[in-house]
Amino acid sequence: MSEPTTVAKPSSLWARLHLRERIKDRDTAIYGVLLVVALAWPMATFFVSGSSFLTAQAAHAGTWVLLAIGLNVVVGFAGLLDLGYAAFFAIGAYCYALFASFQLASSPLHHAFHLPFWLMLFVGMFVAAAAGAILGFPTLRLRGDYLAIVTLGFGEIVPQLFLNLDNWTGGINAIGSIDQPSLPAWITGPWAGADSIQIVPNYNFSFDPVAYYVLVLIMIIVAVILVTNLYRSRLGRAWMAIREDEVAAAAMGINTVTTKLLAFAIGASFSGFAGAYYGASFGLVSPDSFLFVVSITVLVMVVLGGMGNIPGVIVGAIAIYFVLNNLLVALPSNVESVASALGLGFLNKSSGDWPGLGGEVQRLQFLLYGLILVGMMLLRPQGLFPSRVREQELKHDAVVEEETVAEQVPAR
Amino acid sequence: MGRLGISVGDFGFFLIAAVAVLLLAIQAVEHPSQFAQVLVFGLADGAIYALVALGYTMVYGIIELINFAHGDVFTLGAYIGATLMGFFASTSEDSFLVANLVALVITFPVVMLIMGAVNITIERVAYRPLRNAPRLAPLITAIGMSFLLEGAMFLWHGPATVHVPDLLPHGPGFQTTIGGVFIAFKDVFVVIAAAILVSLLAVFINRSKLGKAMRATAQDRDASQLMGININRTIAATFFIGALLAGAGGMIWGLYFNTITYNLGFRTGLVAFTSAVFGGIGNIPGAALGGMVIGLTAAFSDSYIGSKWTQVVIFGILIGVLVFRPTGLLGMRVPEK
Repeated sequence: MSEPTTVAKPSSLWARLHLRERIKDRDTAIYGVLLVVALAWPMATFFVSGSSFLTAQAAHAGTWVLLAIGLNVVVGFAGLLDLGYAAFFAIGAYCYALFASFQLASSPLHHAFHLPFWLMLFVGMFVAAAAGAILGFPTLRLRGDYLAIVTLGFGEIVPQLFLNLDNWTGGINAIGSIDQPSLPAWITGPWAGADSIQIVPNYNFSFDPVAYYVLVLIMIIVAVILVTNLYRSRLGRAWMAIREDEVAAAAMGINTVTTKLLAFAIGASFSGFAGAYYGASFGLVSPDSFLFVVSITVLVMVVLGGMGNIPGVIVGAIAIYFVLNNLLVALPSNVESVASALGLGFLNKSSGDWPGLGGEVQRLQFLLYGLILVGMMLLRPQGLFPSRVREQELKHDAVVEEETVAEQVPAR
Repeated sequence: MGRLGISVGDFGFFLIAAVAVLLLAIQAVEHPSQFAQVLVFGLADGAIYALVALGYTMVYGIIELINFAHGDVFTLGAYIGATLMGFFASTSEDSFLVANLVALVITFPVVMLIMGAVNITIERVAYRPLRNAPRLAPLITAIGMSFLLEGAMFLWHGPATVHVPDLLPHGPGFQTTIGGVFIAFKDVFVVIAAAILVSLLAVFINRSKLGKAMRATAQDRDASQLMGININRTIAATFFIGALLAGAGGMIWGLYFNTITYNLGFRTGLVAFTSAVFGGIGNIPGAALGGMVIGLTAAFSDSYIGSKWTQVVIFGILIGVLVFRPTGLLGMRVPEK
């Protein structure tokens, strides 16, 4: 209002970036805030808490963000319900764990592999994508919920397989002491022999949370750019068309099976990507880490954030991760301190059947998580930040309905 | 899919089924008593899965929702049943008295009704407000409700297993060995109780006015609303009846195995859901049949392949069925939308 007529000169950099308009856009604003927080996070948290624990946690949360971005391709873009996403995550993680640890030395192969992380990142990605394509090929002809059920079955089978094939994967003993990534990558590796050609001293990530944090941040940024471009491509529009009306999309000449298969494989590939990172950063891969709960949690992140909207999904993933790993975990001790502050400290001691207030609240965690899920869905079934396109469509539908009602009334 | 011949998918399905039956038949001829013993276990397991599967199939048939909370409704039934039966302090677990019978006769309907009320509440609170929301929203609330119920049971008894009073007649007087096959009263009871409940349900769905309304709503919700059917009441009734069966299933499970844990419903629910899909989701006789087949498969897999592979076998069957014959064993009644 203050500058009514003057048009910004396109020559200035400020105007050319259209920053003023872009900040007004909700999604861009979210990206901006996320980027600023992400860049400031390691230093800020170190100054506040004096340890890099929060950075390590953020690096772990990054795995979930990657998973959510990947599942968003399947569920949000193409509208295919995948209830076994953790299976692809497991495939990626085991892919790295098997070929970058001493595990295979005790397998029937009797030879340990130590392939570099940077290679296995992409191998894990392709193996997961291949698994997605193999699973999807016979089943994507099916409609609707059948796919959900097939993926659910697949998600149950894969961790069980890793558990049962214990002479290869170690089964319940998990795979430990997995190689940590090191830089520069091209100098180490099985072909380099001993440390013969070291130009620069190798930098091993070992247990430095900041290194993993930077790595996962780069991975997320790459993933976001890739997925955004996909979304705007011909393929992305085909996905949306299939999501809205498969029959109409087929009539428009879209090969529905190939398009869905691509969504499935691309979504799975991000999971494999995340899996390799998870194996490297956590150093331990166990079949228990890929159960149905993981698939469900990622799905909740996607739906809660706003299906089909990438920044929304990232926020959803961070929010759910925070609720699960900080809020609910810290709740018992918080409640205890509140109780002692209120002079109700006697509640904190356990006696007989009463496990103490902290113990009782700890038992409540599951229930609270359920309550949060139900409550959030009832309040905002479309998610925190629904995709703009979806929002427009919903609004449009409502308008059309009103119009038809308005037409019918006078026609009486 | 030609009208005369069978399709390739069906052919594959029947081929696999035939191979499975053949392998089992060889076992049956070679070790008849072991085979029969496994059969008895499988039938008892399958009867319980059938009861739970019916709830899944009815709800899916009418509102196309995979009701993840259903397995936990089943477990909650077992929990409440265990507590209620605990009140009958005079009842004896060692010998069967009239008091045991009274306890069972009182507990069964009470548990079933409580579970019915719980499930109606769940539907009212978590699913009905989202009936016109994006399709995934009710699925997430179903998962949330499942966590909520599991959390409530965890709060109630903690992570330990809970003992269910062994009220059914058992002991030397109530078991017999026919040709090397051990059969206890419990096995017979489970199968007969499930058969009675399933037949009652079938009669209800096919004969009663409400059952007709349910079938109509499953076929076309809008059209049945135009015909004057109260959709909300019909859907609530579906949840109620599904929960009656789940509650009974929980009671029967508790009485049969005598131990339950708070997260029992998760695995059982998935298996029961697989049964519903196997029989053709939305199809009531299909769910009962699917439950029996999956129960038998689990038992055979436990003894012939190894129990650690049972889960892989069951979910492998699930994928196989969906690939080769997505309509399930008996075909599905719900039209694809």
